[in-house]
Amino acid sequence: MNAPDYEYLRKLLKERSGLDLSADKQYLIESRLLPLARKAGLSGIPELVQKLQGGSSALITSVVEAMTTNETFFFRDKVPFDHFRDTIMPEVLKARAGRRSVRIWCAAGSTGQEPYSLAMTLKEMSAALSGWRVEIIATDLSQEVLEKAKAGVYSQFEVQRGLPIQMLMKYFKQTGETWQVNPELRAMIQHRQLNLLQDFSHLGTFDVIFCRNVLIYFDQETKINIFNRLARQIEPDGFLVLGAAETVVGLTDTFKPIADRRGLYKPNDARAVAANAAAAPRMAAMAGR
Amino acid sequence: MKTCLVVDDSSIVRKVARRIVEALGFHVIEAEDGVEALVHCKKAMPEAILLDWNMPVMDGFQFLGTLRRMPGGEDPRVVFCTTENGIDHITKAMGGGANEYIMKPFDKEIVLAKFQEVGLVAREEETAA
Repeated sequence: MNAPDYEYLRKLLKERSGLDLSADKQYLIESRLLPLARKAGLSGIPELVQKLQGGSSALITSVVEAMTTNETFFFRDKVPFDHFRDTIMPEVLKARAGRRSVRIWCAAGSTGQEPYSLAMTLKEMSAALSGWRVEIIATDLSQEVLEKAKAGVYSQFEVQRGLPIQMLMKYFKQTGETWQVNPELRAMIQHRQLNLLQDFSHLGTFDVIFCRNVLIYFDQETKINIFNRLARQIEPDGFLVLGAAETVVGLTDTFKPIADRRGLYKPNDARAVAANAAAAPRMAAMAGR
Repeated sequence: MKTCLVVDDSSIVRKVARRIVEALGFHVIEAEDGVEALVHCKKAMPEAILLDWNMPVMDGFQFLGTLRRMPGGEDPRVVFCTTENGIDHITKAMGGGANEYIMKPFDKEIVLAKFQEVGLVAREEETAA
């Protein structure tokens, strides 16, 4: 791929999705966009770039979607789901015993494996949640990906990566060579198209936000901006769950890590932080008086 | 080193399975059918059994039933690995004492995930994205 084409694609992706590719990701672009170019009847990347420069908005959307779709599987990394079951939900059950409702947001829901894994975990503890209102909102940038998540249909390969056979038997129905999540589980999740770079305050506030393996693609400034906006959508005693390679440390003090619970964060009381910052000079002044 | 008994009537499948399971750190022994597998189990119970369903002489399901009634036969973690991918077969296998179930075709990722699921292989720290 020639340098101007690569630069053009980098800039386009940055503007449209916030995806921040370093200078050495040519292979990634080629592996994802060459099939797309071929499918569109184009000869290769140079012709694809020409079309994009010509302003084909449908093609731009496909390019952004192809570059931002990530590999995912059921109960990916396992540990965050153990934390969800053993740390997060017990606290939520106690803290929300009065209003008996819990709101969960999968901010990079992708093809649905993560929200469905959370839904299965909640189903497994349905005795404790009897009479509760449970809301799971799964968002993703890509409409194509959302359609797949909504349908909940997975190949034999996909249902064997991370999904215990007992869960498959319990929550899926076999149709030919594919497996579909059962209607009861599908009804637990609302799927919505959302770009994290844009305003998401309309989603309301959440007790738990899963935002895994998506911020790693953004530059530092964008990450900080997203963290700060996430902090406004989370209950003061809520939980933020990040991917294994992600952290807030060194970026923002709106969240703080929970000791011995890798990937789990709690909001810092922003008002307290602001109040302390404002109070400090006054206190000093008072002490000096 | 833990031992895994690979039971399959296809030598090609056994070879593929051996390579995958050895890479996971197991000592591998092979059997062509259920009867041969039982001979191995009587000598020494393996920690893991990767088990095909359809085989001559004695099939995987019959083998499983016999194994689970043997002294010490509750110990091995049994993972079916078969082209039988219908829910009826899966239900029957799990009801018959299997610990996990792989639908062929399989690859290293699937075997690893299933072995982790039944505690044969420790989970690594979370994988980075």
